[in-house]
Amino acid sequence: MIVADQKPIEDIKQMLRGKRKVLAVGCGTCVAVCFAGGKREVGLLCSALRMATDLAGEPVEIDETVVQRECEQEYIEHLGERLDEYDAILSLGCGVGVQSLADSFPNTRVLPALNTKFMGAPSGQGVWEERCQGCGNCLLEYTGGICPISRCPKQLMNGPCGGTDQGGRCEVDPEIPCAWYNIWARMDNLNIQDELMEIHPPKDWSTSRDGGMRRIVRKDLQKPELDEGDS
Amino acid sequence: MPDTEFEPQIIAFCCMHCAYAAADLAGSSRHEYPVSLKIVALPCTGRTDMGHILKTFEDGADGVLVAGCLTGRCHYQSGNLYAKQRVEYVGDLLEQIGLQHERLRMINVSAGMGARFAELASEFTETIKLLGPTGLTKKPRSKEIPLAPEKSTKLMQSTLAKNEQIIHWVDPKSIGKSVA
Ligand code: SF4
Repeated sequence: MIVADQKPIEDIKQMLRGKRKVLAVGCGTCVAVCFAGGKREVGLLCSALRMATDLAGEPVEIDETVVQRECEQEYIEHLGERLDEYDAILSLGCGVGVQSLADSFPNTRVLPALNTKFMGAPSGQGVWEERCQGCGNCLLEYTGGICPISRCPKQLMNGPCGGTDQGGRCEVDPEIPCAWYNIWARMDNLNIQDELMEIHPPKDWSTSRDGGMRRIVRKDLQKPELDEGDS
Repeated sequence: MPDTEFEPQIIAFCCMHCAYAAADLAGSSRHEYPVSLKIVALPCTGRTDMGHILKTFEDGADGVLVAGCLTGRCHYQSGNLYAKQRVEYVGDLLEQIGLQHERLRMINVSAGMGARFAELASEFTETIKLLGPTGLTKKPRSKEIPLAPEKSTKLMQSTLAKNEQIIHWVDPKSIGKSVA
């Protein structure tokens, strides 16, 4: 899932300065399950913001709504019917949701209430950890299902680096379990440690994000068009 | 000047098993506590939603008390511990909002501690009196806008319609037209 965190109230309050009426839009997918932008969090944040702006002497009227998936137009287009009333949308979706709203409603200002952090998973109650950086060329096949790109601070392809401590913690931050220590341990457990001896060519990073925005095109899902000779 | 004295509105979220029973006992054994304190009974303080606390302030409360069982004596094992964490979280939030975190307090009492409940309730009321009113202008709360189910279901019904929507989505000229 995409994991996000709420911005400090003060930052959002600054964004709302000069606005009279705002529509807060939460998202019922990723940010709902990481407790950053679902229905509950929308209620909590809006209540806080209404009070904060009121106490600051610049009260902002804030209406609340939640869509099932803020990143898809089908789920947000109905909002367009009432946007005339509002000076801005305050999105509690991830960065993708914010941009989908901005793309759909060219005449409405869209403001982000969250900081989108990473693609990750819960690793305990109330804790989320990064698990994927979307490099576009998955290598989990070779690393026992543990990603050194997102989980090793040095993004090593042939670790561990030598800084792993006795308990298998990373030298960069003892809060981080060493990715490579765990890759070796897991592959040992699966009796496939010898696979780590294979030599691989350098990783192809051209699929990563250095070339700018990436795109996937699936012709099979697009609307078919008649070709010249098809009649 | 009794006519100008600030009479705070205080809401106490009380656990049925301990704090509510303690408040009841305080009443029946004639231990006085301020009339401005209004009790909302909960099955357990673990039911306290952070949204409930904030909306209570938004709706005009000057102070909120969350009253649960003694630590380690929760009827549901850890409900009062969850409540404590939430109270701490909302306390921080109150400071960010510009309200003092002292306006929100958690207390722990057993069902037999009627006198103690009255004492803590009076103490809290005094604290709120000293802090004064919240300063909120008590406007009517904003509205909640529901999802548009008719539209979503209609779209879900047909894959073709969905595909057309996707095509529509990538054509910048047509964006905005469908939402009129
Ligand atoms: S200790 Fe492990 S996780 Fe940390 S930098 Fe070295 S190899 Fe990477």
